[in-house]
Amino acid sequence: MRDNDSIQAPDLSRRGFLQGTLLGTLSLAVGANGVIGVIGLAHADDDAPKKYGADSMPGGTVSDPLVFVSIGADGTVTIVAHRAEMGTGVRTSLPMVVADEMEANWDRVKVVQAEANETRYGNQNVDGSRSVRHFLMPMRRVGAAARQMLEAAAAARWAVPVGEVRAQRHEVVHLPTGRRLPYGELAADAAKQPVPAEGTLKLKTPDQFRYIGKDRVRMVDLEAIGKGQATYGMDVRMPNMVYAVVARPPVVGGKARAVRAEKALAVPGVLKVVEIPPFSGAPAFQPLGGVAVVARNTWAAMQGRAALEIDWDDGPNAGYDSAAYRRTLEAAARQPGKVVRNEGDAPAAWNNSAEAERYAAEYYVPHLAHASMEPPVATVRVSGKSAEVWTSIQNPVAAQTAVAKRLKLEPKDVRVNVLLLGGGFGRKSKPDFVDEAAIVAQAMPGTPVKLVWTREDDIHHDYLHTVSVERIEAVVGKDGRPQTWLHRSAAPTIGSLFTQGAKGQQLFESGMSAINMPYRIPNVRVETAEVEAHARIGWFRSVANIPHAFAAQCFIAELAHRAGKDHKQFALDLIGPARKIDPRTMADTWNYTESPERYPYDTGRLRDVIEAAARGARWGRKLPRGHGLGLAFCYSFMSYTATVVEVAVNDKGEVQVVAVDMAMDCGPQINPERIRAQMEGGAIMGLSLALTSEISFEKGRVKQSNFHDYEVLRHHASPRAIRTHLVNGSHDTPPGGVGEPPVPPVAPALCNAIFAATGKRIRSLPVRTVA
Amino acid sequence: MARLQLNGQIKEVDVPGDTPLLWVLRDELGMTGTKFGCGMALCGACTVHMDGSPIRACITAVSAADGHAITTIEGVEADRVGRAVQKAWVENNVAQCGYCQAGQIMSAVSLLKATPAPSERQIDEAMSGNICRCGTYPRIRAAIKQAAGALAKGGK
Repeated sequence: MRDNDSIQAPDLSRRGFLQGTLLGTLSLAVGANGVIGVIGLAHADDDAPKKYGADSMPGGTVSDPLVFVSIGADGTVTIVAHRAEMGTGVRTSLPMVVADEMEANWDRVKVVQAEANETRYGNQNVDGSRSVRHFLMPMRRVGAAARQMLEAAAAARWAVPVGEVRAQRHEVVHLPTGRRLPYGELAADAAKQPVPAEGTLKLKTPDQFRYIGKDRVRMVDLEAIGKGQATYGMDVRMPNMVYAVVARPPVVGGKARAVRAEKALAVPGVLKVVEIPPFSGAPAFQPLGGVAVVARNTWAAMQGRAALEIDWDDGPNAGYDSAAYRRTLEAAARQPGKVVRNEGDAPAAWNNSAEAERYAAEYYVPHLAHASMEPPVATVRVSGKSAEVWTSIQNPVAAQTAVAKRLKLEPKDVRVNVLLLGGGFGRKSKPDFVDEAAIVAQAMPGTPVKLVWTREDDIHHDYLHTVSVERIEAVVGKDGRPQTWLHRSAAPTIGSLFTQGAKGQQLFESGMSAINMPYRIPNVRVETAEVEAHARIGWFRSVANIPHAFAAQCFIAELAHRAGKDHKQFALDLIGPARKIDPRTMADTWNYTESPERYPYDTGRLRDVIEAAARGARWGRKLPRGHGLGLAFCYSFMSYTATVVEVAVNDKGEVQVVAVDMAMDCGPQINPERIRAQMEGGAIMGLSLALTSEISFEKGRVKQSNFHDYEVLRHHASPRAIRTHLVNGSHDTPPGGVGEPPVPPVAPALCNAIFAATGKRIRSLPVRTVA
Repeated sequence: MARLQLNGQIKEVDVPGDTPLLWVLRDELGMTGTKFGCGMALCGACTVHMDGSPIRACITAVSAADGHAITTIEGVEADRVGRAVQKAWVENNVAQCGYCQAGQIMSAVSLLKATPAPSERQIDEAMSGNICRCGTYPRIRAAIKQAAGALAKGGK
């Protein structure tokens, strides 16, 4: 398939590795906890020693240079990107790490995209801000091993001790004589060298890095993108390909009672209709069901779908109504829930307090749709006892698993090719759309079927961000500081996606800025309310941190105001001195699956980002009338972020975001330019959800349908200044995530700024205008 | 049957006249640089030029493009302004996922052709029909200004 050559992995059986030593086919085994383990829902075997981080993921990590690097006789170094690119730059950053460690010149490097195969490459689920966090060190080891193999080959060629040679800038130098051999000339010999054992690897020291942390490398796809030549899942083209769109039940759990397809089949270009069966049990990654219309081109398929006559049975969620459900959540948040963290006796302290000492507030965040610019799309061809998939997906193995199950094939017989993603944000971790394409392709053996979601499909049928009411109650001492903190979170859980009827947030949700709050308060209780889901609840960039941080960060600002204190100083006092908190002491045994020893909650780093954002915004300066500064901060995905927003609110209550200061400590900064890009983009996504975005239901149906009523930030509303501040960055701290952490502090910082500008508290998103 | 002058070449396509230009470009002619984002002229991902003016290919019937000069992202390099904009896009590392950027570039090119030194407000007006969900707006703005500056200095 010529169109996609540029991003397909090499046919390693032909090209070989380090020239010719490629190993046979490996069998593929997907871990039993496969797909859902990634978000921490799976339960580890109690007898096994606990595994953390990358080791706890299906496929773990692989550090074998023979898997990731090949060198051609012309010196071209080909590096496999095993993680999908959805806009974070990981397809560049991880190969760049390999190139740096192996002393390859980046202008001689070619990046190729791996197909789904976690046994071969290690975990490939691009989700949870894990790519650099989990693969920085494995990729460094890959590069170091390749470098040492090249050095060993050169030393052998010259018959000199290996200690006398050094790899540098795409060649190996014999230091005493200055003789040089370029990598291309060494490739064949290097391939015959044994792969060095991990204990013998000599990793670079940070002062030796040429690319890591240097901003010298642009995204590998940058020029192709600007020329319209980059290939996304939507752009797949194959001979004899047909196109499909699906009419899905308008209500989750509904099904077609009767279908009349005559008019659809009469549309010129329409070839066929195919029934998609409704899902059974919990929704998980199953298609919603419905009827697919297959045609010779996308437009005919859309016209054919419009001509279908379907009588829907709406099923059990037909009554889902967002206005009513909000009242359900509010009622739940005012009742005791399931206790997930408890220190001291917060309820007794509340009951024993005087009315004047009590302070409570409730915060609402609606459902959100991901709305990646490329809607979901997948192409599948079924041929005999195998199938091939071309798609833009965050989790290629989940697609492989789903298609294999659907077609009753072994996963190894389903080849999944990974194209560029036109955005993902968590939506494209779920392979339901690939499964749909497999169902249609199964009905048309040998014919490649490209199944396209329209924007309306995407908005109507997303795996939505949850909807939540967060209630925080505090008993405030004479000094204005809270003596109790009771945080009750009422939101349907992502667990309901996998367990029918699941209620109450799971640990991985509470562990996102609800239970792991580090403030020095003697009485702490965190509770989760047991409320039912009536939609498909999924994970959206930064997940439960959005509502939890929105509530907690607004609440602290409110307490500071009540105490008559500067918000920033009040927050720093509440956080207390720099110290490392074991997350388990906050009842957080999840810790984003990372080791509590390796990744403690470091309040010193949190303080540093708060100071950096405040400094960047010149916190405390005198502002024009109608302007305000607001602060918020968050620890998520092992990174520390703080945001200061400056707003201007006019007499009509219209909010203009003047500037945003984004500070982050993500540990070592591998590709600072892409980190800044993520912080800018996170600021804008945070402002979108804060200002304009809302998904709501009526009669079980999503009311919004496209960008006119599901509004996201546009150019004119984008702040003129987004300043980013990267803090610390030592390679002595373990790496943190970058993709998701910028989002959570933005909405609360905005609302705190609106209060500073107007004296009006916003506790319900989206803001739209200030009444 | 519609006859398009597409990036300087004559292309004839045999499709119903109400077929949107977007799907003719993508499905019939294999020109996938022009993207599908919304189908309702709300996001700008499908922006192309018709006789030099920006249009949304997703709501433009191919019959309405019959006989007109159409420029897509694949053809914009032939133009001095197009090259300057593409260069500025790379130098500012604008793209994240990149899916919307073809449309952003097409809108920016027509802005700079009509308004060589746009004000902030003119940039807002020309670009606010183009959504970027990754949030690259600040860099797009910087790239437009850089391209405008380079063109004013006589860049090729």
